[in-house]
Amino acid sequence: MKGMRNMADNTRAEPTAPHTKARHPHRERAIAHAVESWVGVFRRKLSAGELSWLPVVLVLAAVWITFQALNENFLSPRNLSNLSVDIVGTGLIAVGIVFVLLLGELDLSVGSISGLAAAVFAVLNVNNGVPEWLALIIAVFAGTVTGAVQGFSFAKTRVPAFVVTLAGLLTWNGLMLYILGTSGTVNLDENGLVAKLTSHYFTNDAAAYGLATVGAGMVFLVSYQNRRRRRAVGMPHRSLGGIAVRAGGVAVIAFAAAYLLNRFQGLPLALLIFLVVVAGLDIALRHTHYGRQVYALGGGVEAARRASLSVTRVQTAVLAVSGTMAAVGGLFLASRITSVSTGSGSGVLLLNAIAAAVIGGTSLFGGRGTTWSAVLGILVIQSIASGMAITDTPVAVQFIITGGVLFAAVVIDSLSRHSQEAHGRA
Amino acid sequence: MPAPPLLALHGVCKRFGVVEVLSDIELKIHAGQVVALLGDNGAGKSTLVKAISGVAPADKGVIKWEGRPVHIKRPHDARDLGIATVYQDLALCGNLDVVGNLFLGREIRRFGFLDEVEMERRTRHLLERLTRGIPDLRAPVVSLSSGQRQTVAIARSLLGDPRVLLLDEPTAALGFEQTTEVLDLVDHLRDRGVGVLLISHNMGDVKALADRAAVLRLGRNNGFFDVNTASQEQIISAVTGATENVPRRMAPQETGW
Repeated sequence: MKGMRNMADNTRAEPTAPHTKARHPHRERAIAHAVESWVGVFRRKLSAGELSWLPVVLVLAAVWITFQALNENFLSPRNLSNLSVDIVGTGLIAVGIVFVLLLGELDLSVGSISGLAAAVFAVLNVNNGVPEWLALIIAVFAGTVTGAVQGFSFAKTRVPAFVVTLAGLLTWNGLMLYILGTSGTVNLDENGLVAKLTSHYFTNDAAAYGLATVGAGMVFLVSYQNRRRRRAVGMPHRSLGGIAVRAGGVAVIAFAAAYLLNRFQGLPLALLIFLVVVAGLDIALRHTHYGRQVYALGGGVEAARRASLSVTRVQTAVLAVSGTMAAVGGLFLASRITSVSTGSGSGVLLLNAIAAAVIGGTSLFGGRGTTWSAVLGILVIQSIASGMAITDTPVAVQFIITGGVLFAAVVIDSLSRHSQEAHGRA
Repeated sequence: MPAPPLLALHGVCKRFGVVEVLSDIELKIHAGQVVALLGDNGAGKSTLVKAISGVAPADKGVIKWEGRPVHIKRPHDARDLGIATVYQDLALCGNLDVVGNLFLGREIRRFGFLDEVEMERRTRHLLERLTRGIPDLRAPVVSLSSGQRQTVAIARSLLGDPRVLLLDEPTAALGFEQTTEVLDLVDHLRDRGVGVLLISHNMGDVKALADRAAVLRLGRNNGFFDVNTASQEQIISAVTGATENVPRRMAPQETGW
């Protein structure tokens, strides 16, 4: 009955100790009890593998401290601001990978799809004079369609997704080379819409602080509303202090980031889009019917099928999401260098996107993870890359270190999975 | 004329490749009746449950719901009729929590988003009726004990107020106290007019609970018994195959349930 006791820990987060006790012992006991229950919940979550974000935050802190010690410019507003833009392209692709990993599958085609989308945009806009907004929509739609095609094939043939998308990797890359034709490299309009995606900054200080306020405010309001509703029907709920700590933590991080960004060029448009997309998809995954189906499929396809879920539809939709995110990410990557070439979407991009999702704490075994893990993971990878560049370390070392972090992440994932299963004792 | 049975199967066949695992199965479940489905391992009990629940639809035969023929081609069809199933392997999603599993596929929404508060409230309400040892509702099901998981699976089957409940060895993983809880529940459901198909190897449970017993042997009917009048030896000899010709002598039409 371990479960019962743990639940009791949870429910007594806000203790109602008897009034017969003297004033002081009563309060001390209440505080001691609260601390005890906090520690209990924390322990349980840690051993049950629910705190998957904790190791990656520690790694990120270690990376930042190390590079700051090696070079004092690492944590400068300029470098961090650039970092916040550099993470967006690969980060968006990694968000799509999170969806696929939640099914317990892999999508190897995202690199090729990102290159294909960028090529579609460049050829339509630059070579054929299609208006930017239309070319942009078509490029993103191309990603959605290629993803959906792969998803449908995967769902219908029951060939593992990594094989289907391996075929996709080659096919879409070939299609991109075909579209680019003999030109090889297409330069984008330096002042165009796509270039602005990563070059535009909201220089007014109010933008960054406003975003921080909205973010922390939303966290507080949602938690508070939730608490009110749960309290109204007499269910266990978070204590007010807990909510304040949570929202306060978000506020501290958000305002510190806003302060740093404002000391350089302000809030980058790319970062704003990235955060909005990640938050939106997080809500879609964890608070909608669609997202619940994705998690359910990751927990067991057969169980989901018996619960009347439409497996084909969900699998197709998930790969369509990852294709769409790959296309969007590809446009951000093209925007960063304002050109599209035959090399777009190749190289370590695919590996970095998958590594980011896994390092951030999304399980390779399916069913566990959130879109925020893509943000944390890509921050770690890009911080290592940035630190290496700033300290003139050879790329070889960067690969080795990133590889080590990825390996550690996979080991932690596997261990926490086993500990969760070992929890299931009578 | 008496009311037609809630669920009736006539001549149901199921093949896996060349192997015929169910042939010409007859079965009836009336409202407020507990029918025990008995048979040795490999007799086709679980396959029959999956045929009724739409997981592995029958190839041939007629399924009638309140006397009218229906088609059950997927789990959805069975659920729409009011058939709920507790599978032998429970079919829970280990990564989802108790609430998520209970409402999987029929989540309650509020402004388009999942209404976790309402779902948790109903889950707690339902589980309180079922058991004294309520598990942590927000823990992933994989971290629960097997008895708790069984309770979750049973609670899930009751969620839509089913009219026919298929229980595939519901007490196999349970201790004494929880077994009693499940048996009490089945008794209670019968009183409320639910038709129950109970697969069990425990003759004690069958004797205590069931009204009728249908025996399967090697994918065929091997006798129908009134549990109150038939002796345990009679039933067991049908299960083990000591009495092979029972189906022809006791055709279901003649026994007139």
